[in-house]
Amino acid sequence: MEHADNIARAIEVSWLWLIPAFPLLGAALNGLFGARLQKRYGKPAVHTIAVGAMVLSCLVAEAVLWGKIFGAAPSDRFLENHLWTMWQSGALKVDLSFGIDPLGMVMTMIVTHVATLIHVYSVGYMADEPSYWRFFFWLNLFVFAMLLLVMGSNFLVMFFGWEGVGLCSWGLIAFWYTDLEKAKAGFKAFIVNRFGDFGFIIGLFILFWSLSGSWSSSGKYLPERRLSGRVLGTFAEPARLSQNGVRLGPTVEFRELRNQVVDEKSGVAERLSHMQLWGVPVLALICILFFVGAAGKSAQIPLYVWLPDAMAGPTPVSALIHAATMVTAGVYMVARLNFLFALSSAAMSVVACIGVLTALFAASIGFFQYDIKKVLAYSTVSQLGFMFIGVGVGAYWAGIFHLMTHAFFKACLFLGSGSVILACHHEQDMRKMGGLAKYTPITRWTYLIACVTIAGFPVASAFYSKDEILWKAWTAGSLAAPWLGQAIYLVGAIAALGTSYYMFRSYYMTFTGEYRGGSGHKDKERLEDPHSMAAHVHAHASALAHGEDGAQVAASTQPHQHDASHGAGPDPHHGGVPHESPKSMTYVLIALAAASILAGFIFGLPSAWTGQEPLLERFLAPSLPAAELVKFHEEPHATEFLFQLVGGVVIAGGGWLVARILYKDARSTAPARLKEMFPRVWALVYNKYYVDEIYQATVVRGALLLDRVAYWFDQNVIDSLVNFIALLGRAVAYFDKFIDEHLVDGAVNGIADLTLNGGRALRRLQTGHIQSYLYGALGGAIAFVILQYVIR
Amino acid sequence: MTFLPLIGAALILCVVGLRASGLVPKAMADQIHRVIALAASSAVLVLAFVLWRGFDPDNPGVQFVQHARWITAYNIEYFVGVDGISITLIMLTALISFIATIASMPWWPGNAHLDEHHFTQRGVAGYMAMLLILQTGMMGVFVALDMFLFYVFWEVMLLPMYFLIGIWGGSRKEYAAIKFFLYTLAGSVLMLLAIIGLYFNGPQEVVDGRLVHSFNILKMAQWGRAGGYLAAPLVLGFTFVRAAWIALFIGFAIKIPMFPFHTWLPDAHVEAPTPISVILAGILLKMGIYGILRVNFAILPQATKWAAPAMATFGAINIVYAAFVCLAQKDLKRMIAYSSVSHMGFCLLGMSAFTQQGIDGAVLNLWTHGLISPMLFLIAGVIYDRAHHRNIEGFGGLAQQVPEYAGLMGLAFFASLGLPGLCGFVSEFTVFLGSLVRWQTLTILSAVSVIVTAAYYLWAIQRMMLGKLNPQYSTLPDVNWRERLTLYPLGALIIVFGFYPQAIFTLIEGSLRNLLLPLQ
Repeated sequence: MEHADNIARAIEVSWLWLIPAFPLLGAALNGLFGARLQKRYGKPAVHTIAVGAMVLSCLVAEAVLWGKIFGAAPSDRFLENHLWTMWQSGALKVDLSFGIDPLGMVMTMIVTHVATLIHVYSVGYMADEPSYWRFFFWLNLFVFAMLLLVMGSNFLVMFFGWEGVGLCSWGLIAFWYTDLEKAKAGFKAFIVNRFGDFGFIIGLFILFWSLSGSWSSSGKYLPERRLSGRVLGTFAEPARLSQNGVRLGPTVEFRELRNQVVDEKSGVAERLSHMQLWGVPVLALICILFFVGAAGKSAQIPLYVWLPDAMAGPTPVSALIHAATMVTAGVYMVARLNFLFALSSAAMSVVACIGVLTALFAASIGFFQYDIKKVLAYSTVSQLGFMFIGVGVGAYWAGIFHLMTHAFFKACLFLGSGSVILACHHEQDMRKMGGLAKYTPITRWTYLIACVTIAGFPVASAFYSKDEILWKAWTAGSLAAPWLGQAIYLVGAIAALGTSYYMFRSYYMTFTGEYRGGSGHKDKERLEDPHSMAAHVHAHASALAHGEDGAQVAASTQPHQHDASHGAGPDPHHGGVPHESPKSMTYVLIALAAASILAGFIFGLPSAWTGQEPLLERFLAPSLPAAELVKFHEEPHATEFLFQLVGGVVIAGGGWLVARILYKDARSTAPARLKEMFPRVWALVYNKYYVDEIYQATVVRGALLLDRVAYWFDQNVIDSLVNFIALLGRAVAYFDKFIDEHLVDGAVNGIADLTLNGGRALRRLQTGHIQSYLYGALGGAIAFVILQYVIR
Repeated sequence: MTFLPLIGAALILCVVGLRASGLVPKAMADQIHRVIALAASSAVLVLAFVLWRGFDPDNPGVQFVQHARWITAYNIEYFVGVDGISITLIMLTALISFIATIASMPWWPGNAHLDEHHFTQRGVAGYMAMLLILQTGMMGVFVALDMFLFYVFWEVMLLPMYFLIGIWGGSRKEYAAIKFFLYTLAGSVLMLLAIIGLYFNGPQEVVDGRLVHSFNILKMAQWGRAGGYLAAPLVLGFTFVRAAWIALFIGFAIKIPMFPFHTWLPDAHVEAPTPISVILAGILLKMGIYGILRVNFAILPQATKWAAPAMATFGAINIVYAAFVCLAQKDLKRMIAYSSVSHMGFCLLGMSAFTQQGIDGAVLNLWTHGLISPMLFLIAGVIYDRAHHRNIEGFGGLAQQVPEYAGLMGLAFFASLGLPGLCGFVSEFTVFLGSLVRWQTLTILSAVSVIVTAAYYLWAIQRMMLGKLNPQYSTLPDVNWRERLTLYPLGALIIVFGFYPQAIFTLIEGSLRNLLLPLQ
């Protein structure tokens, strides 16, 4: 049998499971014994386990990359590791198996490496947390779930990870659960994600069945007998093979699905393209439902509302889960299913449009926020929007590239903000910062580098990824309307301009001018937990500060001394001069800043510059078969250079300039004047367009109303009916008793006796008389038997 | 073979238990009763395990058959055996009964919180005897292959349950017990009528030279599959098969419990002592579904086909309606009870789609819900024993005080809300996958419940466990060893079957495929 090139064949690598196994082991150890370990051996025992597990996991991932991926021809880069069949029900066969292809490899590398860095950072950041072990338990468990998500070779393992990361996100957002507000933020994140998961599973169901049949116009399923088996949902044996040897029929395995769709001889792509359900093309329906799932996890309109609230979690969590890894899962899923999305221009258009709208919408909210983490949160939402533009217009590799660069620079920004927050004694309001450049030089420089990167200046990686995305949007040829790509470009460009502006705004507000904190902060402004990470870090950090700036010693010693007692109780005068963070944190910042710069040069120099496709695009090609299907207009290189000039210089520079004029050193009064001139607009944007309030008034209120109506109905209609029938029975019994005593007057017969006993039982609810009911039942039965004989 | 000791043990031990109460001092007799009950239920557990090891999953028919003539006049036999569906439920019954027996023990270091009014201290002999009789009845229902025997076991199970709730229950125990009893009895009467109808219209055979009808379920199923019942006379304007189907279905639906026959359940659960709630939710509810499969599906396939839309609709109503009702609950146990109503709806929805996945998922759901809901009720019991109330809003911040309990509660709640990796997800997913192909609108509506379910569970955790610690509970003790003995095995099984549910699928798939063949 002849094999076509584009059919992916798996190579079994029996040790892939080690990558997620180490974090799982770490989580298990810390979850079961962490509290005792911490008590007996101190915190180092806990973080040795957690960080150690991550390092081992990283090493295995490296071994896979260098040993199995680079060493093999591109067509041999589909590694699989089948552990066991979790369940099989007819045609549904769910294996616990891992698969790493180039796309999965990129994701695995990002997840393991960024996670390791953030684990190291957390050792310093969380040093004073009493529930240290619980933090690392959740963090390790999160990495495990995230690795299931990216390494799962089928939808189900991916979904295990998909919900697993949701669980860990809940546990970590609500980490300081004694504050009910934080607990509520975790709750919100989980529930909003469930809306997305709902879309995910329904999409999967429709896809599953569409592979072995089609749907009539009324929605009735028309099974293809050869594929669906004797009982609906079982395989006809043996399963049918295409001419290229691809097994047909319903499957949840990504690779099998890919082969079915990619193989022209199988006719699956053809069949799916013409299939309709409820008058909608079934492919568009499936892809949009999957995208609903992606929108939940990756915080797109209309399900983005949970992400800003998720900033209630500790900052390393925000960096790892809510910036670098988990929230990119939706982008990864769309890229993973590229072969399906590419077949439906409607779905592609929806993805790209939602992406660009989210990018602009979230960027505009970022303009006026004062909480540094909120700015970064909306920035994340906005950048995820850019990624969806990429995977939406068909530039899958560019979307993944932006995912990668974003993981570096956004993690750097978040960790930088964590360092700033520590430096300012748990202050998150940028109005109370300022002038930190002097006190926290490493944080300042790394933050600035990351800002330059995200703004898209041509020296850093996001320039290559973001401009590639926008360029591909401009030239996109596979969307539903020919003008759509250009429209997306324009809106996206505005969003990029906004990005540059609000990022530099945050930089200037935080690091330039004079320090505006000083006198500490009041209880209500404490956004991070007051008990969490006070004394140790501060003591450590003050030592650093002493070394660097002798003049400060006198000023800084005094306020830091009472830090040691900070955990013991509320301390309204907590404050003092900001300080740089410990080395475990600053080294991580430096590493991430370096990666933000270098990733672009290594992976993504544009083909217009070098004459060949970027490294990452070539590397990912086997995983993205649909990239060849998607059409882009040919444009001369000159045009591309022009766009890059606009993107890299005008947009990034423009945003930077505005922010510099308005916010540098806090000198300009323009922001305040603008706020006074347009109070309505300002309030609308500052309050995030009141979307949360609208949801509260509609969805939440609606559900709460419905539950009360349902319970009322249950108690007052159904149960009343039951009690009424019982009452009726009692009334009849009383009536019978009356007749019995006064009319029949002592004439004993079986039936009257029965009702009498029944009446007593009901009246007194005595336990002893219940047998009479059994007699009644038997009596009735016997009567029925006799009746049957008589009728015959 | 395997069932004689099982049933015999239970019965004999009851007698011994009752006897002993007169001869030895009360305290010692109580201990003896407990030991006897514990020994009996652990013996049953071991035997069930042995049975499972001996069961051949490739054979979709019945195995370990035992035949004995019982009432020759009506050709009633003692006829038992197991197929893939019953073996899973037998294992469940053995396991949950064992756990419930442990939970009935007053083992508590220092006995600080146990007064003599605690259910484990009152009327020990009667309680233990009832528990064992109940276990016999439940086992019997799952092994019986003679319709009359089935009905007898069905009723045997009813009485001890009535007494267990009515005597050892909470403040409104009499109301709850009588409601439970009358409701179930009403169902039984309908069932009995239908069974007698099936008997007289069923297959005939020659025994001892006489031509008699048969109560043999397998023969009835063969007869029904061949269309034998279609020729029977009309009943109240319905064809016989439909009338019999409806009567049987209502009888079973009360047990499930299906909307609108479900209101006995919350009352019974709220009033029943913890181990009885465990058995009620873990096993008794399963009998409704089991009966529908064993009788309605197997014997009356034509009527089953006819009634499928109604079954699916009621299933969807159960799922969504009860989920919303849960959201409104303030009493923890009542919330869990309604969540059982919601989760049993999955079974109805899955079965009625007549797909392999739908029906596999439905039966798996019996197993997974049978693991999860006992754990939930045990969790509710732990807090009730300590705080003496179950008002969700009366707690707050308990996670600091009782972290181990909080962790176990989280595990049980997440299992019930269908988190992948825990066994609840598998059945939920498989049911929805199977039912979507036939009932798209109903399935999509039902799938909305995954959101609502997550909301009520997480909300409950939030109100009870998170936030500032309610100072009233600053000395609340964490779970003790007895509770660990009941909670950890269940928790472990929930995780194991979350990753390897195939152990169950292997058992049930063949038998269920046979059941589906005449339905398509």
